[in-house]
Amino acid sequence: MKDTRFSSLFWNRFRRNSLAVAGGILVLLLFVVAAFAPLLSPYNPDDIDSRHVLDPPGIDHPLGTDDLGRDVLSRMIWGSRISLAVGFVAVGIATLIGMILGAVSGYYGGWTDRIIMRSIDIMLAIPTFFLILAVIAFVGSGIGNIMAVIGLTSWMGVARLVRAEFLSLKGREFVLAAKALGARDLRIIFRHIMINSMAPVLVSAVLGVAGAVLVESALSFLGLGVQPPTPSWGNILTLGKDNIEIAWWLSVFPGVAILITVLAYNLLGEGIRDSIDPRLWSHERR
Amino acid sequence: MPTYLMKRLVEIVPTLFGITLISFFIIHLAPGKPTDIFTELNPKITPEARERLEKYYGLDKPVPVQYWMWLKRVAKLDFGESFSPDRRPVIQKIWDGKRPLIERRLFVTFMINVLSLIIILAFAIPIGISSATRRNSLYDKVMTTTVFVGFATPSFWLALLLMILFGAHLHWLPISQLKSMNFDSLSLAGKIWDLSKHLVLPIFVSAFTGLAGDSRFMRSSMLEVIGQDYVTVARAKGLSERLVIYRHAFRNALLPIITLIGLSIGGLVGGSVIFENIFGIPGMGQLFYMSVMTRDYPTVMGILTIGAVLTLLGNLLADIGYMLADPRIRTR
Repeated sequence: MKDTRFSSLFWNRFRRNSLAVAGGILVLLLFVVAAFAPLLSPYNPDDIDSRHVLDPPGIDHPLGTDDLGRDVLSRMIWGSRISLAVGFVAVGIATLIGMILGAVSGYYGGWTDRIIMRSIDIMLAIPTFFLILAVIAFVGSGIGNIMAVIGLTSWMGVARLVRAEFLSLKGREFVLAAKALGARDLRIIFRHIMINSMAPVLVSAVLGVAGAVLVESALSFLGLGVQPPTPSWGNILTLGKDNIEIAWWLSVFPGVAILITVLAYNLLGEGIRDSIDPRLWSHERR
Repeated sequence: MPTYLMKRLVEIVPTLFGITLISFFIIHLAPGKPTDIFTELNPKITPEARERLEKYYGLDKPVPVQYWMWLKRVAKLDFGESFSPDRRPVIQKIWDGKRPLIERRLFVTFMINVLSLIIILAFAIPIGISSATRRNSLYDKVMTTTVFVGFATPSFWLALLLMILFGAHLHWLPISQLKSMNFDSLSLAGKIWDLSKHLVLPIFVSAFTGLAGDSRFMRSSMLEVIGQDYVTVARAKGLSERLVIYRHAFRNALLPIITLIGLSIGGLVGGSVIFENIFGIPGMGQLFYMSVMTRDYPTVMGILTIGAVLTLLGNLLADIGYMLADPRIRTR
């Protein structure tokens, strides 16, 4: 007999999507690199070596050295921690805000709904990167501020998604049954409805990490993100721009790292989306 | 339809109010004052002189009062005077009516964005449609992968790579600014050639990164249309696949393009801070970056507000465009 549980249907489909699996493996790999950064990096990322300034890639320094003689590979390995942390914390903040506002909006409706929907419209009409830039420039850079700002400016998608799920689920029999049994609002919201809307939220969160990684690297590149000497992929690229005529390796490698990371999260997210949507299961044999 | 449009138009007002309120408070409640910069640059400024400056700019008043003053001025389309040493009115800084077109920031950003939008649409539509009609074919897979890579490419990194290749190594193209030093002495054809050489990389970069998202968007729009009943009906009555795709599906799949164009109107003025910064292009993005870095409050607020107005107008225009193009929505 065929196993028709959701998890096995999901897994069956996901497994056959080789791009999604590749994305998942890359994401796992990134976690490993970030977790074992001290063991994996050949040099101390902050060690300055005046005899090896701007060395091209070679045996001693596989990805070359920067303008202070620091090992680029080691700095990139440590930099993976920044992009991982920013991605997850920023998306965590955004997802939490989005889920709460979306749930309240969809479940209660009426005035609360109208006010929340209007705030979403307002946030969507502000040019986001401009706002982030302005806030960081005025409030100050630093990893905490970056996470907070990215999180606070990217919750709108999740809120809309969760609200839509609540609107479609709150009239269903299982919710009415819970209500008839006297369950409190909070229990209905979290135990009965939210749990059913987790799949699209997960997809949007995974894709959101990709976006957050890109924004962080752009901010760091502009000098408004993670401040040196703390290594981040974006601020190594800034050195690449400053030494554009002589040190191509400072521009090439960190960019490849950003590209692979963002690609991995996007492939994973899209893969989950395709495998999660039961409406697509029927097209399977095309 | 007119009532719906009126409703949308009326809704813009509170939305705009909310946007300026949020932006204003975030910017003005941040620690530090723009006068800090004057004092940093010129340590000889006495506390009294500083106080006079703060009074002059109205910075001694509470933030809500400042916001009210700002709002009253903006109602008359006056965004105030820039805090930067040139002290020019913000509106003049943005519009720059007296200069030749090519030296106006708004025009430069507008031109780059329009050109790249045209390129994006010229490629995204055929790519999206052909991927959708050949779903899961090798072509679709190659295109999907390419699009994903494009999507994941940071625009500033692509810009850097191209600058290294075409500028630093091959010396084919200039790597920054909008025009050469001798621009004014060139003939008209020479001027156009010079501009084009400077614009190739910025426009390519901005088109490439936009292309990924938009062709994906086209693909899913086409996939959705292909799944509709009327397409099945067209097939069922024995039409050739060509006719089904190009007569029945294609035109409907094009509708979301209206949304795409509407959404990009907001970006026309914003431009890209990042690549204008990299290529040293004197556009709106660069102005915003400089204003933010020097804490030029009035200019920052001016650009944010104008950007928001254009975004809202773009959304509205997209709605109107939809109504004009799609009878199903018109009758609603």
